[in-house]
Amino acid sequence: MNRRAFFRVSAAAAGGVLVSMYFDLPPLAQEKAAITYPPDAFVHVRPDGRIVITINRCELGQGVATALSMILADEMDAAWSQVVAELAPAADIYKDPVYGFQNTGGSATIANSFRQYRELGARTRAMLIATAADRWHVSPADCRAATSIVHGPAGQLARYGELADDAARRAIPAKVALKTASEFRIIGKPTRRLDSRAKCDGSQKFGIDLQLPGMLIAVVARPPVFGGRVKAFDDHEARAVPGIRDVFEIPLVHGSGIAVVADRFWTAKQARDRLKIDWDLSGIEHADSSELSKRYKDLARTAGKVAVNTGDATALDRVAMENRIVAEYEFPYLAHTPMEPLNATVRFDGDRAEAWVGSQFPTYDRAAVADVLALKPEQVDFHIEFAGGGFGRRQSFDSNVSREAAAIAKRMRGTPVKLIWTREDDVQGGYYRPMFVHRVEAGIGDDGLPVAWRHVVVGQSYVIGSPFESFLVKNGVDFDAVTGTADMPYSVPNVNITVHHPKVNVPASQWRSIGSTHNAFVVETLIDELATHANADPIAYRLKLLKPEAQRLRAALALLEQKSGWRNNLPPGHALGIACNQYQGTAVATAAEVSVENKRARIHRVTVALHCGLAVNPLSIESQFQGGIIFGLTQIVAKGAITLKNGRVEQRNFDGFAPPYIGDAPVTIDVHIVPSDEAPTGAGEPPVPVIAPAAVNALFRLTGTRYRTLPLVAAL
Amino acid sequence: MKAFHLRVNGERKSVTVDPSTPLLWVLREELHMTGTKYGCGIGACGACAVHLGGLATRSCLVPVSLIGDRDVVTIEAMSHDAVGRIVQNAWVDKDVVQCGYCQSGQIMSVVALLKSNRAPSDTNIEESLGGNLCRCGTYVRIREAVKSAATKLA
Amino acid sequence: MFLADADGLAAWQKIYSVLTSPRCINCHTATNYPQQGDDRHRHFANVIRGPQDKGVVALNCATCHQSTNADSTGVPGAHGWHLAPLSMKWQDLNDRPLPSSEVCRSVKSQLDGPHLLKHHEGEALVLWSWSPGRRPDGTMRTLPPMTHPEFVEATRQWLKAGRPCP
Repeated sequence: MNRRAFFRVSAAAAGGVLVSMYFDLPPLAQEKAAITYPPDAFVHVRPDGRIVITINRCELGQGVATALSMILADEMDAAWSQVVAELAPAADIYKDPVYGFQNTGGSATIANSFRQYRELGARTRAMLIATAADRWHVSPADCRAATSIVHGPAGQLARYGELADDAARRAIPAKVALKTASEFRIIGKPTRRLDSRAKCDGSQKFGIDLQLPGMLIAVVARPPVFGGRVKAFDDHEARAVPGIRDVFEIPLVHGSGIAVVADRFWTAKQARDRLKIDWDLSGIEHADSSELSKRYKDLARTAGKVAVNTGDATALDRVAMENRIVAEYEFPYLAHTPMEPLNATVRFDGDRAEAWVGSQFPTYDRAAVADVLALKPEQVDFHIEFAGGGFGRRQSFDSNVSREAAAIAKRMRGTPVKLIWTREDDVQGGYYRPMFVHRVEAGIGDDGLPVAWRHVVVGQSYVIGSPFESFLVKNGVDFDAVTGTADMPYSVPNVNITVHHPKVNVPASQWRSIGSTHNAFVVETLIDELATHANADPIAYRLKLLKPEAQRLRAALALLEQKSGWRNNLPPGHALGIACNQYQGTAVATAAEVSVENKRARIHRVTVALHCGLAVNPLSIESQFQGGIIFGLTQIVAKGAITLKNGRVEQRNFDGFAPPYIGDAPVTIDVHIVPSDEAPTGAGEPPVPVIAPAAVNALFRLTGTRYRTLPLVAAL
Repeated sequence: MKAFHLRVNGERKSVTVDPSTPLLWVLREELHMTGTKYGCGIGACGACAVHLGGLATRSCLVPVSLIGDRDVVTIEAMSHDAVGRIVQNAWVDKDVVQCGYCQSGQIMSVVALLKSNRAPSDTNIEESLGGNLCRCGTYVRIREAVKSAATKLA
Repeated sequence: MFLADADGLAAWQKIYSVLTSPRCINCHTATNYPQQGDDRHRHFANVIRGPQDKGVVALNCATCHQSTNADSTGVPGAHGWHLAPLSMKWQDLNDRPLPSSEVCRSVKSQLDGPHLLKHHEGEALVLWSWSPGRRPDGTMRTLPPMTHPEFVEATRQWLKAGRPCP
């Protein structure tokens, strides 16, 4: 069975409409059935035995550099202590084998490159063994390998470092034998990250740390309303700052701005502060959160484009009002704010260019740089840097940061220019998780289970108008926006889900777990309401309602039950909240213990159970789940919202948009993985959607209120 | 532009910069010490934390003109510092880091805490690290690593 | 010689209007945190009072606030930047200014006349209120509702009137 078909089957098994949507890619993106990736592009064994593994992803913190190295090293029978990982540049050979473009996102790295990296390791091993076998005039079948040493049948011994050069000259074997799970030595073992020490002693370099001879720094003054254009500007005070090299207008993806280039960041920033710019803000929408809220709520009362329509759309009308739950939800714009501010460095030499970007989207980012510089992508050497967090912001479909950097480099020909977005630029610069309003009417049957579900989702689509529109938008429905609802794992007859995608002048993009951030909140809080209404335990109710094929969710809930015995012994003033969700094949169930302290929700502990198939690195999965739960708290902390007034973003920096600090996070997040040998699915995004609904479900038990507007701004 | 004579990690350094330049940018761009990070520029995230005159300080906020003769100590010195080394080892042992961008600041803050209090409670840890932002959410392991480091100091 | 009570009370009202203006009251909190801004919101980054009103290790007031304003980075500063002790709180636990009579009685119990005048005349943190520096966005912080000399004069008048309270 080829790999794509496997994913279709597992997608269907999970009831995941979206998963198969993701894999419904056009011919150019289809995995070429028997592609043989050349080991020499992915692994290099040095004479001293060091093994350098090339990672076809951006390391954002999610641990893929270590995990992919583990996979390759295990099949290669390499000594783990000799392994180092490097990030690949942009090149066709490093494209995601399933998506068909180079990408870090969708929690797809391990799922899509598991077999690829295994085969690379196995091929390398086979070539090393064959080289040794040749030297000893024995059969490769009589040799074995372990920890970077080949052993011959008569006690011969050769280290990988000695064999590597000759091995590299061999023909790549067409077929390879992969290990069985019981033969794994590294895969499946909790393994510490390769990049830890460097990240603790200041030596790890991120894109923003890049230093090149003659490099200049650029910052850009952007319009206060998205799409604004420079009408006129006075730069004479700016140019008077010592160290300024140039000040000039550049086109932006939305409108235009003024680039300030200097030999130092502080100089550039000071100069930018002294610019006097006359903006043309005419003819563009001045988005306003309260106006949008009202507009969206009005839209939510009307049916939109159909995403799901099963059973009888009129069934709900026959349910008496006292047996219906009618609920309206509102979710704000959310900023990503990765800790490393956005940046990109480009040098343009006329017939070539070089770029350094912590990019989640290299194929497109490189093409964007080339486009701006009137080059072909192959004329751009595009290096991928370690990034200080991404969460989707470094994957924006229009490559806006790379485009700006290229536009500046074009003017400063021959000189590398590092574009830095200040934190203010980032908080105010758009590309947010969009604002959403939901309106749901659920009809309850005599047995306490839902008999009908009518759901309207209102929110802008960042996929419409992007290169991915034809894959992800069907019949006007952006499936990104209904992830978690359209593929709801619960057996509800008569489901009608429609969407409205208003056009709003606020750039939006994917935010860690995309549509699930709001859809799973709605579903999991509503399921909790239904469970309460039926006087049922929230876990038992879910188990009853889950579709038969939702096996991973069942397993996750069962494991949660087993590992959260504490939930039956809560101290006074503490309550429990349950939520579950499946995202890109990974099932997650969580229990959160919450109390109200100083009028705010305080989360004391969280237990998470998950099913991700084979757990390649359980230590890393635990960190992703702890981190993802905490990231998900962005949705409920009091200052976790971006709002606009008259076109202007009201927040400036972390003083106005405050993501979770240590005091907002539970002290304990214990993570439990369902043991499995199934093909692995991801860990980056799956934890994010479950914590907000779990916390809010607990708050209901404490306050009697169902919180349906996020974040939780008011005192509780 | 003015000349400033600093003492950074025990070494004398002279820089000629605009006096309003924050210490953070003097470190990063004049001295090419990029271990101290720019996260927000307003002291809200802690990524820029150094020790100034022995006190944990947010270097994005301190113009070089206000440093005077106070010693500057950065993350680059922590592997040669008895407490710093213990903290770094605990960080590696507990596999704390994810993207790692905030961790220089976290470690500098933790070293300051442990130098002042060898047995910090959960509350002490939460209060002292209360203003250090980690977007990857490594707080659970940070707490464990601080406690682990403290046991090595006992 | 005592001024008429009405003049003394008027002098007190002037003092009270300064004490409860943002530049002063933001550090005279009843809680374990300072405030900032003209809207007196809770200080960002979870800074807290700490056992000696100077914050906690790694998050001391001096972690950010230097001995003078740092206008280039938008951080106010003065020598010995710290929170007024709880005994000198001018607001309640809901961040609302205490009534004039309460603050008056509190001031009287904290400092005698000469010390109060000295505090108002020359305390670094008090003087700071009249040159509070630039915000990070480049705008200047707003000043108390009268000049420092007027504030000192009102203090003299109040003392001369025998420190009457409403």
